[in-house]
Amino acid sequence: MKILVIEDDREAAGFLKKAFAEAGHTADVAPDGETGYTLADTGNYDVFVIDRMLPRRDGLSIIAELRARGNTTPALILSALGEVDDRVTGLRAGGDDYLTKPYAFSELLARIEVLKRRAGTKDVETVYRVGDLELDRLSHTVRRAGQEIALQPREFRLLEYLMRHAGQVVTRTMLLENVWEYHFDPQTNVIDVHISRLRSKIEKGFDKPILHTVRGAGYVIRAD
Amino acid sequence: MPAMPAIMRTTAARLSALYLLLFAICAVVLVVYVTSLSVRMMTVQTRETIADEVRGLVSAYQRGGLPTLVRVLETRSRQPGANLYLIADPNGLILTGNVESLQPGALDTIGWTERPFFYRRYGDGGGRERHSAMAHVIRLPNQMILLVGRDLGEPERFREVVRNALVAALGMMGFGAVLIWYFVGRRALRRIDSVSEASRQIMGGDLSRRLPVSGAGDEFDRLSENLNAMLERIAALNEGLKQVSANIAHDLKTPLTRLRNRAEAALGSGDEAACREALEATIAESDQLIRTFNAILMISRLEAGHSAEAIKPVDLAAIVADVVELYEPAAEEMGVALTARTVEPATIDGNRELIGQALSNIVDNAIKYSAGVHERPAVAVSLERKGGTVRLTVVDNGPGIPQAERKRVTERFVRLEASRTQPGSGLGLSLAKAVMTFHGGELELSGNGEGLSVAMVFPAGKNA
Repeated sequence: MKILVIEDDREAAGFLKKAFAEAGHTADVAPDGETGYTLADTGNYDVFVIDRMLPRRDGLSIIAELRARGNTTPALILSALGEVDDRVTGLRAGGDDYLTKPYAFSELLARIEVLKRRAGTKDVETVYRVGDLELDRLSHTVRRAGQEIALQPREFRLLEYLMRHAGQVVTRTMLLENVWEYHFDPQTNVIDVHISRLRSKIEKGFDKPILHTVRGAGYVIRAD
Repeated sequence: MPAMPAIMRTTAARLSALYLLLFAICAVVLVVYVTSLSVRMMTVQTRETIADEVRGLVSAYQRGGLPTLVRVLETRSRQPGANLYLIADPNGLILTGNVESLQPGALDTIGWTERPFFYRRYGDGGGRERHSAMAHVIRLPNQMILLVGRDLGEPERFREVVRNALVAALGMMGFGAVLIWYFVGRRALRRIDSVSEASRQIMGGDLSRRLPVSGAGDEFDRLSENLNAMLERIAALNEGLKQVSANIAHDLKTPLTRLRNRAEAALGSGDEAACREALEATIAESDQLIRTFNAILMISRLEAGHSAEAIKPVDLAAIVADVVELYEPAAEEMGVALTARTVEPATIDGNRELIGQALSNIVDNAIKYSAGVHERPAVAVSLERKGGTVRLTVVDNGPGIPQAERKRVTERFVRLEASRTQPGSGLGLSLAKAVMTFHGGELELSGNGEGLSVAMVFPAGKNA
């Protein structure tokens, strides 16, 4: 995946470039808003990571202009501003996701990979399949190896989100955002307990684990 | 004007000087106007008197010729305060009258003399005293010249009296003004100096000092009182800041030290598995630090106020359901029964995210502190309308918080000693309090015998 990082903090940008490379992606860095916009406009990237406050041109105006020109490449906004409705402003300008500094790199990486995949759109599928696990979005049923598993509505939505991003790491914050629709940092282990309940339902009585914990990052659903 | 004495630099002194100047100008203009008007009227009167006399003398001449005229003239000349009378030959040689000599050329013009002229009168003695006068000159039918005039001493004296009075009055005014500005100015100066002195000491670091209040209730007192109130507030904020800095220093130093020590130990061990473990622990610790920082940022931005956009009608009952559902599995795992008790529908103007987060923090605390304390630990959330407010209450049956400490726990980073070992940033209740302030509400802590009851009290608003 090719990522464009528009970030004026040289050290932070350098770290992101290196960390993305280690995760198997290539990243270009633009040190200011104008350069960033010019590079973004070439259409050579899969995802943009854009800092909000940049020299020469601010991040939101870059996204707004790209969108106006028909560029739909997913963009993640990084912000140190932190106003109460920052996130709303950012998303309204055409951003696809929003992360407040300071952030954990694992969180950024997970979100970017999900953004990239979302651009490939999986929303039209009505049945998600991972190995022998099957989730039907229309009939709201879940089966594993042909055997129906009864889930609570929230557990169903949790599994649905995980399966839509099968093979990708999703963080606890992403789960809280997408399944519960709250954008704060979940305290302690509330999400973990929901996951372990779900896990016991979809793994108990079956040989292979399917819902994996990625230490320091989050969870991934994957048929090994 | 650096050499100006301090009293001259007061506003009172400057105003006094300005008023004095304006008043003096007005007085001078008025007096000069009135004087010149009076003098002109006196002149007109003089001319009329002289004209009458001339007519009388001419008729005496016509009656009895020159001898009669001379006789009449001599009689009039001897009267006290007499006018000037003079008969001269056609060449201007004085023949008779009470004038000894005249300014040369005074007799050249027939009719009214255009300008006052100088003369010398008999009986003036040998003195050099010269008088000025104005006169009417006519030529008698026998070519002799008759002059009737009047000394100008009177209007001159009048002018002098007025001038003296004016000078005296202006002098007194000036003196009065100086006195007033000295006392008023000095008083103002003294008050201001004491305020300046106090502010200097405050700037010097003595934040406990206050500006002097004389008790007179005047504008200086009002100013001092307001400034003192401001200082009170600054001192309180400063105290809070100090407290927070100390707490931040303590609460962030500990994990940072742990981070550093762990990295150092891992480097020293040389064992790959140990390194890996240390790195993972480092990441977990950093995440906790990030969480703490985010909470601090969030509290500051909440305290900075809000934009109207962040406020929308929100269904509190839905938030209660969400949070209870979110925490229920975690609570169950810890053996705590988490329930939503009475939940009345209530919609208020607010921010769903913030209220959700605040309620999560409170529920999180309640579960954490009641677990393992009571035989059957329980946390109940209720939502009810009471008067003009909507109360969202979380009640637990944990150890509770002593009355004296309740106020303190909503301050940033304050964690009671008993809870220092529990995980958490110590910011949960502070954040909840900031959220309540943001919504124009209150966070109330109370005890119900055992345990703690935390109520988020919202103003009901127009949606209730």
